[in-house]
Amino acid sequence: MLELVELRCSRGKRLLFSDLSLIVGTGELLAVVGENGTGKTSLLRLVCGLSSPDSGTIVWRGSQIRQLKELYHAELTYIGHCNGIKDDLTPAENLKFSACLAGDGCSDTAIRRALEAVGLEARLHLLPTRILSQGQKRRVSLARLWLSRRPLWVLDEPYTSLDANAARLVTQRMEAHLDEGGLVVVATHQEMTLGTGSLQHVRLTG
Amino acid sequence: MSRLSLFGTVREIVWRDLLLVLRRRSDAATPVLFFAIVASLFPLGVGPEPMTLRAIAPGVLWVGALLSCLLSLGRLYTADYADGVLEQMLLIPQPLTVLVMGKVFAHWIVSGLPLVLLSPLLGLQYGLNGEPLRVLMISLLLGTPTLSLIGGIGAALTLDVRGGTVLIALLVLPLFVPILIFGAGAVSSSASGMGGEAHLSLLGACLLLALALAPWATGAALRIAME
Amino acid sequence: MVTSKRINWFRFSSSQAFYPLTGKMIPWFAATAILAMTTGLYIGFFVAPTDFQQGEAYRIIFVHVPAAWMSMFLYLVMAGWAALGLGLNARPSFMMAQAVAPTGAMFTFLALLTGSMWGKPTWGTWWVWDARLTSELILLFLYAGVMLLHASIEDTRRADRASATFALVGVVNIPIIYFSVRWWNTLHQGASVSMTAAPKMAATMLMAMLLMTIGFWMYSAAVTLLRMRCLMLDREQNPTKKHTLVMQEAMETH
Repeated sequence: MLELVELRCSRGKRLLFSDLSLIVGTGELLAVVGENGTGKTSLLRLVCGLSSPDSGTIVWRGSQIRQLKELYHAELTYIGHCNGIKDDLTPAENLKFSACLAGDGCSDTAIRRALEAVGLEARLHLLPTRILSQGQKRRVSLARLWLSRRPLWVLDEPYTSLDANAARLVTQRMEAHLDEGGLVVVATHQEMTLGTGSLQHVRLTG
Repeated sequence: MSRLSLFGTVREIVWRDLLLVLRRRSDAATPVLFFAIVASLFPLGVGPEPMTLRAIAPGVLWVGALLSCLLSLGRLYTADYADGVLEQMLLIPQPLTVLVMGKVFAHWIVSGLPLVLLSPLLGLQYGLNGEPLRVLMISLLLGTPTLSLIGGIGAALTLDVRGGTVLIALLVLPLFVPILIFGAGAVSSSASGMGGEAHLSLLGACLLLALALAPWATGAALRIAME
Repeated sequence: MVTSKRINWFRFSSSQAFYPLTGKMIPWFAATAILAMTTGLYIGFFVAPTDFQQGEAYRIIFVHVPAAWMSMFLYLVMAGWAALGLGLNARPSFMMAQAVAPTGAMFTFLALLTGSMWGKPTWGTWWVWDARLTSELILLFLYAGVMLLHASIEDTRRADRASATFALVGVVNIPIIYFSVRWWNTLHQGASVSMTAAPKMAATMLMAMLLMTIGFWMYSAAVTLLRMRCLMLDREQNPTKKHTLVMQEAMETH
């Protein structure tokens, strides 16, 4: 489904990786593992189409992503390092805008359910995001996973700032997504373990 | 999958930015206050002689509007860039030009439209009245969106670059020159009895050209900045 | 570096081939430039007849007009390389655009300076807001913008692409700016102050202008290639940061 073909990427003078070829099939999770600065975020941004590789291509369902453009974006949910939420808006408003713009379900009930599913108490839904802790803000940004109907998820270090409970919820959601036939590409510091679905690791050494 | 229409996307983007301004009212007040302050500086510098003021009014008011628009350009994409929202916006399943139109329209509502509404008051301070005052408003109505569109290109090119607003000014002010000439020219033509229609049509043409080309250039600039 | 198997012009984009090639070309360009410019200046200043309206002062146009032409021509050249760079994603094209810009800016400044020098004896002021001089001034700002934007961005690739985009935005705007400035000038009854009211051209005058233009063109080619060589050396050793060669050597010896 998702194919990386001989990808080569450098940041300035530093070569991050070259000749990287992988296939990620339905129901499969690709864990990109490596220390800080080894190119995990760069690889994920290449997969999203936010940057272009020095050479090589990325193929989604048989077509190159640079030709698909918005059609590819319609199949993709990306949650990056930054939370992508506005401090001056409430979690409910933030989630509603993100979901509506992305084309996911964005009714008020769906938003409320997603925020509850990610472990955010109801009283916090309508307060400015500014007052939340880092972990709570991360939960708000991850709540999109409960609304997303897209097959491909690209998550850059999703577990950052999360406590064990929230981390477990996120992993369970990923497993449910894999069971439905979705694909997940995750960047993490350490190797992952999953209850269901097939798992592939790639280690970047930079 | 319930994809938003193009109009729906623009509406959501505009509404988010307006909501943010509502939460921080000061952001909305600064452009219009700056315009008023600049307009008060010139009589202090040039002298209160009514004939002089009436002669310089079109240029002064237009330059004030230009500078006010310029100052607010720095904020157009920087906040979204810093908190990751811009990255998300580049991944929505709509063409990038739609995103840009939404951002520019929201920017204009906050930084351009208030100038249009305040201009008659400032025009009166300079001794303009009647037809020239009306032409002033129309020229700003046609010109300020063009300034936002062109200025947006500069803002996108200089995203996260040191030099900030001054760098945007250097890039974008030469491009503003035609708008300034046609806008101020409309008002002075009207004041001297020759009618501002020709200038206003040229302003309209510039607006159409900017609507056609600027979002595309801004989209390219945003992609370059986000690579 | 660009590796394209189809078009073999790009073999010159590898510094191994380009460097010695330019090394041979630069002296020829420089020699032609010096020859053309000295001949042109000689004809312009000593051979061409005195203009009965403007006296000897008009002779400055032999520098002013070719400089103005070059300033606009070089902007188009720069924009052309910028478009090529963005279209083909070729780093050498961006480097050529970067190499052309300072020379173009220099000629714009020269045009402004000589325009001012012409204005003083003719109208008594050091500056007149006529259409051409004002347009040249705005052109200078556009050049400054391209160079400053490039200098302000740390990452070379992004700097190349951003300043190329800006150069193209400028190129689209230049006709509009020129038209609007002409419009502004005529409407404000400035028609009497115009640089375009040049004296009628005798054959010798045309010859001098032509020679000066060729001279400036050859000079631009020589200087651009020289700058290009420096850029290649600089980037080869330090593709991201823009250190000067001196700093680089200083760092290596410590």
